[in-house]
Amino acid sequence: MKSLLALLALGAGLAMPALPAVAQSGPLRIEITDGVIEPLPFAVPTFVAESSDAAAMAEQLTRVIADDLTGTGLFREVPREAFISTVTSFSSPVQFADWKAINTQALITGAVSQAGGQITVKFRVYDVFAGTELGSGLQFAGPAEGWRRMAHKVADAVYSRITGEGGYFDSRVVFVSETGTKDDRRKRLGIMDYDGANVQYLTDSSTIVLAPRFSPLGDQVLYTSYESGFPRIKVLSVGTVSSRTLEAGEGTMSFAPRFAPNGQMVIYSLTTGSNTDIYAMDVASGAQTRLTNTPAIETAPSFSPDGGQIVFESDRSGTQQLYIMPAGGGEAQRISFGEGRYGTPVWSPRGDLIAFTKQNNGRFHIGVMRTDGSEERLLTASFLDEGPTWAPNGRVIMFTRETQGAQGAASLYTVDVSGRNLKPVRTPDGASDPSWGPLQ
Amino acid sequence: MMHFSKALLLTGVLALSACANADRFGNKYDSANGGAGAGNGAQAGMPAPNTPAYFQQAIGDRVFFVVDQSDLTPEGRTVLDGQAQWLMANADYLAVIEGHADEQGTREYNLALGARRANAVMEYLISQGVAPNRLRFVSYGKERPVELCSDEACYSKNRRAVTVIASGATS
Repeated sequence: MKSLLALLALGAGLAMPALPAVAQSGPLRIEITDGVIEPLPFAVPTFVAESSDAAAMAEQLTRVIADDLTGTGLFREVPREAFISTVTSFSSPVQFADWKAINTQALITGAVSQAGGQITVKFRVYDVFAGTELGSGLQFAGPAEGWRRMAHKVADAVYSRITGEGGYFDSRVVFVSETGTKDDRRKRLGIMDYDGANVQYLTDSSTIVLAPRFSPLGDQVLYTSYESGFPRIKVLSVGTVSSRTLEAGEGTMSFAPRFAPNGQMVIYSLTTGSNTDIYAMDVASGAQTRLTNTPAIETAPSFSPDGGQIVFESDRSGTQQLYIMPAGGGEAQRISFGEGRYGTPVWSPRGDLIAFTKQNNGRFHIGVMRTDGSEERLLTASFLDEGPTWAPNGRVIMFTRETQGAQGAASLYTVDVSGRNLKPVRTPDGASDPSWGPLQ
Repeated sequence: MMHFSKALLLTGVLALSACANADRFGNKYDSANGGAGAGNGAQAGMPAPNTPAYFQQAIGDRVFFVVDQSDLTPEGRTVLDGQAQWLMANADYLAVIEGHADEQGTREYNLALGARRANAVMEYLISQGVAPNRLRFVSYGKERPVELCSDEACYSKNRRAVTVIASGATS
């Protein structure tokens, strides 16, 4: 007997703390070849429609759940054509032998009912080879228009039970939507589901907007706007789509903002004359504190998840490199020592890694390193990759990839922190500067 | 002392056709195609010496920079000497210096680099006698290229600082 947990053990990557080493039953069996995992086969028969009008909804929901799981690169869907058993009732016993015969290791069954504008979704996950249910059945209810979120919640629960890690499907991304040619680019803020669905726009494209960043709760967005003719940080409420400027002082530029984990403080770059330093501002009072004080360019600050430290980039050594300093400022420790230039560091939500953009020999990379700078690994390479952002569980990184030449355009990609599973995020137009919000 | 940002009005240098937006930098690029002084303004004849058009076409509104540098080149200084003389002779005008970077760099760094370049120009103009309160700077980083190819031929034109003449509502 083998357990799902053991089968999905995500070995090799430095990034991941070992998955729970104790399987629920049976001995560990890890299927890893040279760090490449064998995706775990799962089956998700179309959820049973428990009310007559829920059939279409059940089909859509089931597809999103399957797409979420397949999209991780950790799971492989067993095609429906292979099914021996049909699931016609949520409560009838599972014919494990039928699923074993087609080599399904995880089986997800569910049911959907619809009443008024509300839908109710319930589901179970089975460890087919162990012949047991994994965890117990769960039920979500909500408005019908929120059906995708419910599908993501089911997929998050399945993902968590099988991997032992937090999920990330029921999350949103704020980004810059881009249209027009390179010399006439229009930018506006967009917000969407993690998978590119449900895009909505938060600003128009009458002025340049850059680098939106979610608040820890996902209810506010910091961004840089040229509305005044000069770059200024604005804070926007996602609920009301209203914004205000964080005043930084006449004759300056302020940009590269990011919230502190407590949501009360913003760190950012302020340019006075030729010098760019890092500052902190109390959002409520507007009081500013200077955190760096060198003639170098200091920008792209990002808090550690415990709020105690800040990673940022500085060219004080002559080229862009990464440094860590205490949250209140003070002596900074350089952590990047490899070849090339390092910028846009972002602390992982788990606290163990820094994601960054690396520029070397005319190529750009997204990479990760430990917080002491060790074990650097480059995850991507292209003409221009930049601006990583972490999925809420620290397992996946989204970033901007821009193609070269006069027709060059930006789009979003995701890559697993192991370097596997690089793939585009489908957006209606060009897209850049993603910021991945929390699990909702 | 003028209150600069409030008093700023763009002049007609950029052929701002149908610019309905009062925002200083919003719609400008829609018609000017990618940045202040993007073209050479291929107009017949030379404008009068006291016009912003003359500044742009005859004196030269921009200087260029080496990769990842903000030091002024000898050619740049020559252009800026002319700019300083013109600005001192035409004291009613203000100027905004726009710093730009090529696309080979991260967004935030390029914003800061553009600011360094704009400031190098601003400080030089001041050193040549232009009153500091007539000058302001802004960086666009890599947001507003004028040349589109991904080669040094284009990059070298995009690594620039452009002095944009503005008429000041003097107080």
